[in-house]
Amino acid sequence: MSSELLVNDARDLAMRSADLAQDLTTLAGNISLQAAQGGDTHGTFLMMGITIFVLACFVGYYVVWRVTPALHSPLMGITNAISSVVIVGAIIAAAPEEGYWFSTLLGFLAVILASVNIFGGFLITRRMLSMFKRKEAKK
Amino acid sequence: MALDPLSSLLYLVSGVCFIMALRGLSGPETARTGVLYGMGGMAIAIATTFALKSVDGVFLPIVGIMVGGSVGAIIAKKVEMTALPQLMAAFHSLVGLAAVFISLAAFYNPLAYGIGARGTIALNSLIEMGLGAAIGAITFTGSVVAFGKLQGLISGKPMTFAGQHLLNAALGGALLLLLLALCATEWDIVFFAIIAVALVLGITLIVPIGGADMPVIVSMLNSYSGWAAAGIGFTLQNPLLIIVGALVGASGAILSYIMCKGMNRSFLSVLLGGFGGDAATAAAAVGGDKPVKVGSADDAAFILKNASSVIIIPGYGMAVAQAQHALREMADVLKHEGVQVRYAIHPVAGRMPGHMNVLLAEANVPYDEVLELEDINRDFAQTDVAFVIGANDITNPAAKTDPKSPIYGMPILDVEKAKTVLFVKRSLGTGYAGVDNPLFFNDNTMMLLGDAKKMAEDIIKALE
Repeated sequence: MSSELLVNDARDLAMRSADLAQDLTTLAGNISLQAAQGGDTHGTFLMMGITIFVLACFVGYYVVWRVTPALHSPLMGITNAISSVVIVGAIIAAAPEEGYWFSTLLGFLAVILASVNIFGGFLITRRMLSMFKRKEAKK
Repeated sequence: MALDPLSSLLYLVSGVCFIMALRGLSGPETARTGVLYGMGGMAIAIATTFALKSVDGVFLPIVGIMVGGSVGAIIAKKVEMTALPQLMAAFHSLVGLAAVFISLAAFYNPLAYGIGARGTIALNSLIEMGLGAAIGAITFTGSVVAFGKLQGLISGKPMTFAGQHLLNAALGGALLLLLLALCATEWDIVFFAIIAVALVLGITLIVPIGGADMPVIVSMLNSYSGWAAAGIGFTLQNPLLIIVGALVGASGAILSYIMCKGMNRSFLSVLLGGFGGDAATAAAAVGGDKPVKVGSADDAAFILKNASSVIIIPGYGMAVAQAQHALREMADVLKHEGVQVRYAIHPVAGRMPGHMNVLLAEANVPYDEVLELEDINRDFAQTDVAFVIGANDITNPAAKTDPKSPIYGMPILDVEKAKTVLFVKRSLGTGYAGVDNPLFFNDNTMMLLGDAKKMAEDIIKALE
């Protein structure tokens, strides 16, 4: 008699734990889905990002048209250096809270590449600009 | 990844610094401060990133920055100014490759960027990643090819083959399909396929483009590296990267436009490539059997000494011969004799925007003696001597008179209006466009055949 009760209890327990496991998996699924969609934040960021992008294009347009043609080479040097601001993304990849070795490696390589550009770009621009002299400045 | 307010603010400050950096380039004096703004902006951006909550362990990135930074610093110190165009191409390739790596890293570790988990990355993030990687890959191989052409590792001649446009279109179509496939499946094999196809596309896009179209291509790749950065900015949800990407993208696009206008060609026709290859036979015999006047360094020295005003027109040949220093010495001797010497720069002279200005600045030519096409073109009629050194197509009057010429409509420097034209050139061959220059056969033109640097040195000797 008591053994039968025990068996029933055990079955009950097993079923409940199965239910619990099921709940857990759905919950995990939901969480990952939500994480994937980034909740609402990603959708709003996309619109904000596009806004920033378009406005920055206009700023770039007007600023660059004012650059004197004589300085077009330094302009390329400096834009090359600042486009290496992607190093921000590289650093995040190279030093994540939870790492995955392949991503970390790629991030590390990207940090190196971007740094070559940052230092090389700014220094070569400075070197170019240091050569531009006025007539009076000579001798 | 939502940024905390302080980081957002600092990134914004950094973005403003970059805008100020570009703004400074409106004049040589303010430009030096501009570079400092740029450096400051970059330092703020990097420091802010190190302080982010999602960044843990700064050791690896700092090692990377030190390694990359010292390599970059050494390159910037050592490189010859004449090698600037290929250096820029090489730098662009690095940005492109870095963009590919970062997209891949985000694909494999989306948690670090807060854009979902592996296998369930948000749809728009997938599109941004795919696009960022593709643009980065095209920039990478395209810049490598451009570097090879500028450095002379591969022929600067346009390489065309049958079905080339078809191939590019097919590759572009494949890229789009793969991008759709990536969104649908999120398989890493598809991601790698996107990168592979984009790498090939970068090569096939640039290979058919000739050496002297490189100013456009270098600017275009500059622009691409910006768009790639913006793409990554969207993936990372980082406003700074979007701002900078847009700035650089716009800058490169404007430079490309200016270069195209300087050649009176549409951007599309440059991209389709093949210019200068078959044109050579079409317009070969403009001069017929008219005599060409060839002079010596002594003749040139005599003419220059007796002139009261001289305009020097440098071109890519001057860069190749490294003649800028000898040229400046020659100008100094002339100035000493009381001759007014100025320089005229065509927008597409050389192999990158502003190439000639930098070379002349390197040779200590004061920048207020160096004038742009629209500022000086009217003065040729009142000038005694136009001294063309290593330039050809940009002085070719056929661009104004011969509608059949491939360079018809291109704005040129009106050197033929000067009383005498001295034309330093290695041979009587055609320029890059493969077009005969009727200027050679004019009565007031004297050809000075020889290496640009040696000729300038010989003229100095004859002047003294």
